[in-house]
Amino acid sequence: MADDHGDTAGSTAAGKDVEKHGAPAHSAGTAVVATDEVPNPGFLPHRPRVTDLDPKVDKQQERRVSMLFVLSIVGSVLAVVAYFAFPIEPGNMQSVRNNTLFLGLGITLGLLGIGVGAVHWSKALMQGHDLVEQRHGTRGSEETRAKAIEVFTLGNKDSGFGRRTLLRNTLIGALVVTPLPAIVLFRDLAPAEDPVGLLKHTYWEKGMRLTRDPSGTPIKASDLTIGSAFQVIPEGLNDSEHRIEEKAKAAVLLVRLKPEDLQVSEGREDWNYDGIVAYSKICTHVGCPVALYEQQTHHLLCPCHQSQFDIKREAAVIFGPAKRPLPQLPITVDSEGYLIAKSDFEEPVGPSFWERQL
Amino acid sequence: MTTTPTQDAQPKTRGQRFTGAAANYIDERTSISGLVKEVGRKIFPDHWSFMLGEVALYSFIVILLSGTFLTFFFEASMVEVHYEGSYAPLKGIEMSAAMASTLDISFDIRGGLLMRQVHHWAALLFVASIGLHMLRVYFTGAFRKPREINWFIGFVLFVLAMAEGFTGYSLPDDLLSGNGLRIIDGMVKGIPVIGTWISYLLFGGEFPGIDIVSRLYILHIMLLPAIIIAAIGIHMLLLVINKHTQFAGPGRTNDNVVGSPVMPGFAAKAGGFFFIVFGVITLIASTFSINPVWVYGPYDPSPVSAGTQPDWYIGFADGALRLVPPGWETEWFGFTWSFNIIAPLVILGLFIAIVAFYPFIEAWITGDKREHHIADRPRNAPTRTAIGAAGVTFYAVLWAAASSDLIATHFKLSIEGVIHSCQALLIFGPIIAYFITKRVCLGLQKKDREIALHGYESGRIVRLPHGEYIEVHEQLSEYERWKLVSYTDYKPLMIRPNDQGRITFGQRLRASASRWFFEDRIAPVSQQEIEQSKDEHH
Repeated sequence: MADDHGDTAGSTAAGKDVEKHGAPAHSAGTAVVATDEVPNPGFLPHRPRVTDLDPKVDKQQERRVSMLFVLSIVGSVLAVVAYFAFPIEPGNMQSVRNNTLFLGLGITLGLLGIGVGAVHWSKALMQGHDLVEQRHGTRGSEETRAKAIEVFTLGNKDSGFGRRTLLRNTLIGALVVTPLPAIVLFRDLAPAEDPVGLLKHTYWEKGMRLTRDPSGTPIKASDLTIGSAFQVIPEGLNDSEHRIEEKAKAAVLLVRLKPEDLQVSEGREDWNYDGIVAYSKICTHVGCPVALYEQQTHHLLCPCHQSQFDIKREAAVIFGPAKRPLPQLPITVDSEGYLIAKSDFEEPVGPSFWERQL
Repeated sequence: MTTTPTQDAQPKTRGQRFTGAAANYIDERTSISGLVKEVGRKIFPDHWSFMLGEVALYSFIVILLSGTFLTFFFEASMVEVHYEGSYAPLKGIEMSAAMASTLDISFDIRGGLLMRQVHHWAALLFVASIGLHMLRVYFTGAFRKPREINWFIGFVLFVLAMAEGFTGYSLPDDLLSGNGLRIIDGMVKGIPVIGTWISYLLFGGEFPGIDIVSRLYILHIMLLPAIIIAAIGIHMLLLVINKHTQFAGPGRTNDNVVGSPVMPGFAAKAGGFFFIVFGVITLIASTFSINPVWVYGPYDPSPVSAGTQPDWYIGFADGALRLVPPGWETEWFGFTWSFNIIAPLVILGLFIAIVAFYPFIEAWITGDKREHHIADRPRNAPTRTAIGAAGVTFYAVLWAAASSDLIATHFKLSIEGVIHSCQALLIFGPIIAYFITKRVCLGLQKKDREIALHGYESGRIVRLPHGEYIEVHEQLSEYERWKLVSYTDYKPLMIRPNDQGRITFGQRLRASASRWFFEDRIAPVSQQEIEQSKDEHH
């Protein structure tokens, strides 16, 4: 229990005997056990506060604390007043701001008044000098420990837990196996299909028109000037059942370059239409939309982790943590001059996953 | 068992009689007097840095209160609705019910926006104060025996706090949080063997699905808070059992606690401090907006705003993703190995594992099995402090890297330059910080030693009769000196053969770790040295 330190100042200077009380001495490890320590000088003489000495100051501080508590009451009442005095008018942003501000300031005053008052009370008026409490080793006393061991020994003897090894081992085995059904139960967190198949296909199909995101209006090749970029979704995506899931795979960026600026690899010669190319907008790193198009350099930048892709070189990675180029959507035009997909993407779009190759 | 409070002979006022009767009623049914006797006058030492843990506790209470209010209005559903609330720019837009109800809380419920902002600011403060509290405990060695387990529980709380933060800010289903989830999805998919399936099960199908918000919600408001409350309970219980550490000071020893008693001084200060923390959070929340989801709009997989930032405490993980050099992905045995995701996960895992187990590592190196209740001054454990500084630097570089794009645009630098600098800093920064910190600590220890022995320079120059000029050194009082000379000192482990006359590998390992830790050491001043220095001065 706590003592006024006047009584104990002498004994506390003795040193580090916290571990004693019956327990074997603990190893100090590689600590240097000092033989010639500077002795602890004991407590500083107590210095009274001004409130301890001057009753007038004491009274003044008391008034100050109660003023703070009164201020708190005022704050809480003001908060209630503000709730009604600053209602939210639909569509009026200023009213939302005022409601938040004045309600908040009232509550703040209500809370800070109590808080500052209580702390000030404690510091200025409550008993002011330090008290001392002795520590005891965390370890239980030898007697208690012996009792605890006895409890376990009796438990073991009465149950035969240590002796009947067959019982014990089969019980442990049973306990290990019981959680298995719980793991299996979580299978239906997702539908029955295999995710790998789903990840390999998108909404795009042969002949599907490229349309503007989000309006869904089709795009003519002649709508694109050199250097311009369009955010594109497949025709009909807005009405599809899984609009957002499909969009997370099918979003495409459409760009027009001078045909001679494009480096086209073998087999992709007819994937662009007169310099118009379409690339998946989903980053091959962790799937953010690669939304920033730099008109002069024809680079695409992912704002999440700064992977950069070069449209001139079939969206090859030129910087950042992504490894694979953005997949290209083969496109052409239909009889009316609208841009259409020649097929789905030929590889999975978006972030890499384990079974990507299979 | 229980004791009936004895009646005094003096007549009592009505209030005293009522209090006595009420206390008696409760005690006869709960035996609570024992608890009051045990903890009512427990002593808590005072130091500003001991308040950091309190800030964490109090902000958690604020989170619980404001969060409960929000649950009454929030709708954890991803059903598509057309927004019909009073925020004009988004009227008629398709969004999830989660987003729409978040907008309703913000714009149609009085005090709703205030409570959302109180909740978010309190959450930021919660994680920040836990982090600072951990740094305080680390740098003062307050994790040593008997507090290693409590360090670990605190570490678990830190991880849980970040998990709460992430699940929480994903709930409104706005553009920013949706992109955060998209990144989580991409990271999970990059985990070998199980990644694809984990993502598929987590999102209830393909990303983003219609389940993730309600699933995160139940984690956010039930499972995680329940674990946090239990962990805080154990954390507090162990704090009471172990009693608080204290800094060295006159009269303070390893076997006493000096400070103010719970009743009334500490209770008043701590209780008042709760209201101050709550008040300050409310003040910030009523004057500074946070997470304005209406500006971002509802989640859509196609757009993203430039300069996207996670909440600050997730920054270190995002930074780790950004710093991976190009091309770290390969195909082996027909499977995709995304080292651009595996490497950050492994490195961050190792980093937090070292944080979690540091107390056990240091205990193994020192072999010190004694209890330690006097908090170290950081300088008096130079290697530990240097390791801490290296760790802080490592974390800080990852954290800064999460803003690489903003650093580049604000300071007109190239993004490549910023990333490359961060990559170099990530490797060399901690090494540099380690050596500088260690030298600074040793230098400060030398200075302490000098001052303890010879006093401090008074600035007064005196000419002696024979013409010599000296500067007078003022001696310290023994109270002032005590702080400088009382600390535990370790020396490197000497390798000795065991009973079989062999030197084991473990022994060698421990010896080299011990040499690394304690080779450079400044011994504390001894009484004899003080006596000697006194003789020199006179």
